[in-house]
Amino acid sequence: MFANFDFDVIRRSLGYLFFDGMTFTLTLTGLAALGGLIIGTLIALMRLSGLKLLGHIAGLYVDLMRSLPLVLVIFWFYFLVPYIGQWVTGSSRPIHVGAFTSSLVTFIMFEAAYFSEIMRAGIQSISKGQPAAAQALGLTYSQTMRYVVLPQAFRNMLPVLLTQTIVLFQDTSLVYVLSIPDFLGAASKVAQRDGRLVEMYLFAAAVYFAISCIASFGVRRLQTRIAFVH
Amino acid sequence: MNYHWNWRIFWEPAPNGTGTYLDMLLSGLVLTIETAICAWIIALVFGSIVGVLRTLPSKTASWVGFAWVEFFRNMPLLVQLFLWFFVLPEILPPSWGLWLKQISNAPFYTAAIGIGLFMSARIAEQTRAGINSLPRGQKLAATALGLTTAQTYRYVLLPMAFRIIMPPLTSEFLSTIKNTSVAITIGLIELTAEARAMQEFSFQVFEAFTAATVLYLLINMVVVTAMRFLERTVAVPGYITGK
Repeated sequence: MFANFDFDVIRRSLGYLFFDGMTFTLTLTGLAALGGLIIGTLIALMRLSGLKLLGHIAGLYVDLMRSLPLVLVIFWFYFLVPYIGQWVTGSSRPIHVGAFTSSLVTFIMFEAAYFSEIMRAGIQSISKGQPAAAQALGLTYSQTMRYVVLPQAFRNMLPVLLTQTIVLFQDTSLVYVLSIPDFLGAASKVAQRDGRLVEMYLFAAAVYFAISCIASFGVRRLQTRIAFVH
Repeated sequence: MNYHWNWRIFWEPAPNGTGTYLDMLLSGLVLTIETAICAWIIALVFGSIVGVLRTLPSKTASWVGFAWVEFFRNMPLLVQLFLWFFVLPEILPPSWGLWLKQISNAPFYTAAIGIGLFMSARIAEQTRAGINSLPRGQKLAATALGLTTAQTYRYVLLPMAFRIIMPPLTSEFLSTIKNTSVAITIGLIELTAEARAMQEFSFQVFEAFTAATVLYLLINMVVVTAMRFLERTVAVPGYITGK
């Protein structure tokens, strides 16, 4: 079955696949994870703030994002971001937004919902005595969160956050629906140009598989190390 | 915002001649539900088998289960669908490949099988967790009573395990429904694809996507309500998850 395989097409396109495609995928994954974590933590704090209105808004946002398919959310933001940009910059027409910015905003806002649930669980796992002690020491709410609660919540939830980031890494392949050349998009472009679907898709699958496997192996090791300290 | 809203668009005829835009979206909704249910059945069957394999004492069985889960979990769903849709017909013997390419409705079958197998890895993990969460005494008692391994699973472990993992299964079912939208890339005209088509025909972007959003929320609500009811009915008394 490998008789008429053209392995050379992979070798020829390696530069394009990794320097353009994989760079896009990894940058998008990294920045979206960071942004998603920051906004997700803010959403989690809103939900746990005890202020009814804030909590409801945050809860609605999380529920909405979690009940929609990512593909639909990608389309939503692709058309919405130019209008948001117009509103933010106060220009008279919807502004032009590049493929990268558009998908970055999408993934940050989408992942924020998932990261917020993880951070919420993390914050709730901190024993009540900790914020109480911080308050007794005279720390303000933001100091309590900044120096006492969030560092511990983050540390406890690190394996889960990283696992979610691996899921995010795989999900970034869905920018394919906007014909953006991420790793899969690049592979698909070469595949269609050279009529080599089999080679390119098998290669792309192997690369995603290898990266996800290594990453989840790393997370598992981290998990046992963290569990040991406890 | 200089966007021209037109909410009456849904009752206007769509240019593809299948009725109004609303009809278009509803036919997408039906296809989404059909694909999700087929994928869910495949995922449940394979997921349960693989989940059980991973808990068996046999080294080979648990390795096979482990390999299955890692294989389907470490590749993006989109890539898996491409493998089934574009690659599989090419690497099979030519006559089989030809038969595969000639199947009508290929995107539907590919999506159901591809999403089903992708989800089976997650269901396997849930099943395994459910079986492992049972007290060891259950299995020991079954063995002491003279039940074979198959009987132990059939009459003791699985009935309990499945009832315990009902809540996580609900969210896996919701993921299955959401994942059907990935099949837009292999040409399945489900709900998201219909909304996209409506946007391209009518230029009413936000109406089209709002309608799709509302329909997805509706499916979610129906599933969550139905599953809550089912969870309550089958809950194991005395287990926290059975609250």
